[in-house]
Amino acid sequence: MSLARPGAPRPNAFAAGKLNSQVPSLLLVGGLALSWALYTFSAPEDEDYQVNLILVALTGIVFFTLGLVAVSLRVEGRRKAVDRLATVLFTLSFLIALTPLISLIITVVSRGAIRFDGDFFTLSMRNVVGDGGGAAHAIVGTVIMTLAAGLISVPIGLLTSIYIVEYGAGKRLTRWITFFVDVMTGIPSIVAGLFAYALFEILLGPGTRVGISGSAALAVLMIPIVVRSSEEMLRLVPNELREASYALGVPKWLTIVKVVLPTSIAGITTGIMLAIARVMGETAPLLIAAGFSNNFNFNIFDDRMQSLPNFVYYSYIAQGSVPEAYLNRAWAGALTLIVIVMVLNIGARLIARFFAPKLGR
Amino acid sequence: MTQDAGGASRNTSPSARKTVVRPGDRIFSGSAKGAGTFILLMLAAVSGFLLLEGFPAITADPNDISLLAGESFWVWVGPLVFGTLWAAALAMVVAFPLAIGIALFISHYAPRRVATTLGYVVDLLAAVPSVVYGLWGGVILAPALQPSYTWLADNLSFLPFFAGPASGTGRTILTAALVLAVMVLPIITAVSREVFLQTPALYEEASYALGATKWEMIRTVVLPVGRGGIISAAMLGLGRALGETLAVAMVLSATGVISLNLISSVNPSTIAANVALSFPEAYGLNINALIASGLILFAITLVVNSVARWIVNRRSEFSGAN
Repeated sequence: MSLARPGAPRPNAFAAGKLNSQVPSLLLVGGLALSWALYTFSAPEDEDYQVNLILVALTGIVFFTLGLVAVSLRVEGRRKAVDRLATVLFTLSFLIALTPLISLIITVVSRGAIRFDGDFFTLSMRNVVGDGGGAAHAIVGTVIMTLAAGLISVPIGLLTSIYIVEYGAGKRLTRWITFFVDVMTGIPSIVAGLFAYALFEILLGPGTRVGISGSAALAVLMIPIVVRSSEEMLRLVPNELREASYALGVPKWLTIVKVVLPTSIAGITTGIMLAIARVMGETAPLLIAAGFSNNFNFNIFDDRMQSLPNFVYYSYIAQGSVPEAYLNRAWAGALTLIVIVMVLNIGARLIARFFAPKLGR
Repeated sequence: MTQDAGGASRNTSPSARKTVVRPGDRIFSGSAKGAGTFILLMLAAVSGFLLLEGFPAITADPNDISLLAGESFWVWVGPLVFGTLWAAALAMVVAFPLAIGIALFISHYAPRRVATTLGYVVDLLAAVPSVVYGLWGGVILAPALQPSYTWLADNLSFLPFFAGPASGTGRTILTAALVLAVMVLPIITAVSREVFLQTPALYEEASYALGATKWEMIRTVVLPVGRGGIISAAMLGLGRALGETLAVAMVLSATGVISLNLISSVNPSTIAANVALSFPEAYGLNINALIASGLILFAITLVVNSVARWIVNRRSEFSGAN
């Protein structure tokens, strides 16, 4: 800043201008007020015209940012002004990210509540056209297929992570497994569905759509998540515990079963619950592999099986004669899905917090 | 019952240690190894079965596949590949700067006590199933954005992106990309937040001691130190955006053309969305064509993810964190 005129006293760098701490909040209020006034007084003469509050807020924030940077530039200099601009932008980006989350939650809860009733959880869609019906068949299908996927992927995933951490350190097979587990994490869910479809088409003939096929697709998505999270948890177990066990003459496998796994079981459970929550919301693989159905189906090895995400998808895509009824069912299904997923998520975090081993740190 | 290992059973000198291998050990290590090998076999099976089922569509006479409408397979799949890349790129343009901003806000600006909670809130975004995003995007977001598309078409139509005519429903590629952006935000945020938190405190303090403002400290210390992590976070987000199915299938009204127009009702479709929409009614060789397109999607995401992992691994070798 070369503002110093000849003769004027040289500004003291240490006592340079600093904004009063209340200036930013005053500017924010001022900016919002200015923007509101602008929109209100420039409104067309129309009875129905309403001031768009979102636009008002956005314009107000723009005014605030410009004002703050201008004032800061004048008083504090360029570097401080850029710093203030960065602060405003980072805070704004967080608020922007919250907007869809809040909008989504409000919509799902308010619209989902319309059909969130007893019928919804007890009836299927068999012979239902228009109003009525429920998603009980879809909930049953989701639970069965997710459990089957868990039964496939938890043992495989857990054993693989045990191999990686306990047996295979430094071996070539371990490096291959780690790399390909990472690759599997990135498999698009629809590709997992296509794989399960192709597999069962070869095994059981063309056009096969059964529940177990959906479970296989979910397992492909679930195994890498289980491996990664269990691996991390097993690595957290201190080596002193293993060595103490060996010193007492306990064989390796018993050490793993009695010492390593109990120490890390809370973390492993958390990882498995998060993995279940993740695959429970998957639609695309089940759409391909398990198909749609309007009926109850408790047999995973025979016939198509409906799932909750697919129920939502299908109600939205194929809105029948009374679109409102189909959409309401879709929203109620979305609400149920979010509730289940959130309960699993929060439960997983609680387990991690309360049952974590005390490592003495 | 104990058994001697092969080598140690020839116990010639009394000082040689006897290695005891119990059946429990053998079973346990064997099954662990078997599970690991199974994963490799499964991945091989995924690629193998997709190749096996997808290949007939590429070699077959296009006239036998009604989806292709007499054109060659590559002519059909071209616009889909373009749409996949285009939608993912648009989503990244929106999500990447936002995610870096959010990660910096949580790691360096928010008060320490609430920072963890804010991190959870962003993670919640990741926990919402994609079908719910699709529903929200199709029913709420698309109609809400439609007026702004009309405005863009009226005022900015000289740009090829906003050439118009504006879609009447708002179900355009831009809406789909915005929904995708919301979905990849938490992934990029989570990874880059971790990286930013690992910036050595000494570097930050040294920067402050030299008189840097907070932004200057971030620009000269946090961002360069975390560059590898930021890049891999972006690649992971890109992988998710490329493979996302439902959000696009439910939001976009697609016609399968190559077009840069963001706001019209004529939009390119993506591979994943096209499979989801066409598969339930597909029969015969059409199924093979769809599987072949899935194989192409698999290859694209494989490349993106491998590059991301390669960057992460290369970086972790000389990172101070371990």
